[in-house]
Amino acid sequence: MLAFAFRKVLTLVGTMIGIAALTFVITNVAPGDPARLVAGPNATEDMVTTIRTEYGLDKSLPEQFVVYMGDLVTGDLGQSIVTTRPVLEEVLRYAPATLELVFVAMAIGIIVGVPLGMLSAVYKDGPIDHITRIFSISGVALPAFWFGIILQLTFAVDLGWLPVSGRLPLVTRPPETVTGLLLVDSLLAGRLDTFWTALRHIILPAIVLSFPCLASILRVNRAEMIEVLQSDYIVAARAHGIASFRIVAIYALKNALLPTLAMIGLRFGWMLGSTVLVETVFDWPGIGLYAVSSALSSDFKPVIGVTLVIGFFFIVANTLVDLAYAWIDPRLRSA
Amino acid sequence: MTTPVELSRPLTFRERHESKIRQWRLYAHMFGKSFSSMLGLGLVALFLLLAALGPWLAPYPEDTVGAFNMANKLMGPSAAHWFGTDEMGSDILSRVIIGARTSLWIGLIITGVGAIIGVPLGIIAGYRGGWVRAVIMRITELFLAVPGLALALAIVAALGPGITNCVVALSLVWWPGYVRLVEAKTLSVKEELFVESARSIGAKTPWILWHHILPNCMSPIIVKMSMDMGMAILSAASLGFIGLGAQPPAPEWGAMISVARTYMPDWWWYSLFPGAAIFLTVLGFNLLGDGLRDILDPRSRDR
Repeated sequence: MLAFAFRKVLTLVGTMIGIAALTFVITNVAPGDPARLVAGPNATEDMVTTIRTEYGLDKSLPEQFVVYMGDLVTGDLGQSIVTTRPVLEEVLRYAPATLELVFVAMAIGIIVGVPLGMLSAVYKDGPIDHITRIFSISGVALPAFWFGIILQLTFAVDLGWLPVSGRLPLVTRPPETVTGLLLVDSLLAGRLDTFWTALRHIILPAIVLSFPCLASILRVNRAEMIEVLQSDYIVAARAHGIASFRIVAIYALKNALLPTLAMIGLRFGWMLGSTVLVETVFDWPGIGLYAVSSALSSDFKPVIGVTLVIGFFFIVANTLVDLAYAWIDPRLRSA
Repeated sequence: MTTPVELSRPLTFRERHESKIRQWRLYAHMFGKSFSSMLGLGLVALFLLLAALGPWLAPYPEDTVGAFNMANKLMGPSAAHWFGTDEMGSDILSRVIIGARTSLWIGLIITGVGAIIGVPLGIIAGYRGGWVRAVIMRITELFLAVPGLALALAIVAALGPGITNCVVALSLVWWPGYVRLVEAKTLSVKEELFVESARSIGAKTPWILWHHILPNCMSPIIVKMSMDMGMAILSAASLGFIGLGAQPPAPEWGAMISVARTYMPDWWWYSLFPGAAIFLTVLGFNLLGDGLRDILDPRSRDR
C-alpha cells in the first residue's frame, strides 16, 4: 500500500509539472507581443521595452521556461495587472469561497444522487426510474448559467425566500477566519445567525453547481446497483430471508459505491471548472469569478494562476480517490 | 444448359446488402420503440431545420443583423413578438432562430476537429504501443488533468475574446476524450483473431488500421460525437455568457443571455428563451446519443 501511495504521489508531481509546462505553452502561443499586452494599448515604445526587460521577456524561450518553473516552485504566480498584487495571495484569498461552494454542492450531489440511484435501480423501469432518467439527462443538458438565473428569478426575486447573490451581505461582519469556510467559521465562533445567513446565500449556487454532478452520480449508482442486485450473493441473501432493506441499503450499496466514488472524484474537478459560470451568475467571490473578471480585463497572470490551482486540486482529488480505491480493494494496488 | 437464369444475372442492390438492410431495420425498430430516443431525434431535427431555414422562418430577419427599433424596446411576449423584444427593440424569436445556425456550426467544428485530431492519435497509440503510446497518452492525460472549461478559459484569455478564438480553444481541449476512447477500443480490437489473420496474410498496417480497426471503433465514436455536439454547444454558449465567446450583438444564445442578465428581473423573457433553446438543443443531442448507444454499443450502457 505504501509503495502504491508513493507511486501515486510521484505521478501527481509529474502531472503538476506537465500542467505548468502546458500553461507556459498557452502563454507563449498567443499571437502578439506579451510585453505590449502587459503594458496596455496606450504604452509608449520605451515602456514596452522596460516591461520586456523587467519581466524577462527578452530572454530566449527555454530560459524563460526555466525562470517560469523556478518561480512556480517558490510559489510565485506573477502579479495581477489590475490590482498589482501577487496572484498567489489573491488566489488564496478567493479559494476558500470556491471550495466551500464545491463542498456543499458535492454534499448535495451525494446525499440526493445516491439514494435516487438506489431507488431507480430497485424499481427499475418503474415510474421512479423514468422520472430519474429524465432528471439525470436534463441535469447534464441544463446550462448552469441559465438555470442559475431561473432559480434567482423564482426563489430570490419572486418568492423572496433566498438572497439573489453574494456570499454574505456587506452589513454582516464575517466571523473570524479559521478555515476560510464561512459555514464552519461561523459555527466555530458560535454565531448561529451568521451561519444561517451564509447558508441561505450558498443554497442556490450550490444547487446549480451540484446538478450535473448529481445527475452523473445518480446514473452510475443506478447502473452499479442494477448489476450488483443480480449477483449471486444478493440472491443468496434473499434466499436466507434477510430483510429487503438491509440487502439493498447495506450489502448491495457497499459494492455499488466504489464506481460512484470514482465518479465523485472526477466530478470534483468538473465542478471546479463550472465554478467560473456559477460564480459569475451569483457574484460569488471565488477563484472562478476572479478568473473571469481577470480574463475580461486582459489580465493574464491571474487566469493562468487559477488554471494551475484548479488543475492542482483536480489531480489531488483524483489521487485521493485512487488511494481510497486501493485501500478498499487491495487488488487494485498492483495496477 | 440448365444454369438457372436467375444466378447468371448480377445481384440487385437489395440482394447484395440483404443482411445489412435487415440489421438497419432492426436498429430503426429498436430506436423507434424508445420514447427518449425519438424525442432526441425530434429535437435535433427541429434544430437542424431552424438552422437550415432560419432566415426564412424568422419573422423579423433584419433584426438579427443589427437593425434596431427603439420604439419596441424590451416589450414582453405578444402576438407580434412571441418571445418579446430586447434592449434594441429586436425580435428575440428571430434572434433565437438565427442563433441555431451559429450554435450548430460551433458544435460541428469543435466535435469534428476533436475527432479528427483524437481518433488517429488514439488508433496509433493503441496499435503501436511502446514509447509512441506512452508519449501520446501522457499528453492526453495532461489535457484531461485540467477541467475543460477552465483550460478553454485560459486559452481564450491568451488568444483574446471572440467567437473564432472560442471555437479554437474548445477544439484544443476537446480531442483528448477521443484519444482515450479510441485507444482503449483499439487495444481490445487489435487482439482479435481477424486482425491477427489479416496480419498473417501480409496486410500492411495502414490497411489493417483503416479496414479492421477503425470500423470496429466507429460505434463508440459516433455515440460520443452525438453527445459531444450537445456539450460543445453548451460550452461555447458558456464562454459566450461570461463574455469571452461570441460578442453581442451577435445572435448567439450564450451572448444573448449575458446581455439579458443585466435586464433582470423585470425583463425575464429576454434570458428565458435563449436559455431554453440551449437546453433543448443539448438535451436533444444527449438523448440522441443515448439512443444511439442503446442500439450501436449496448454493452457500454451507463458507463
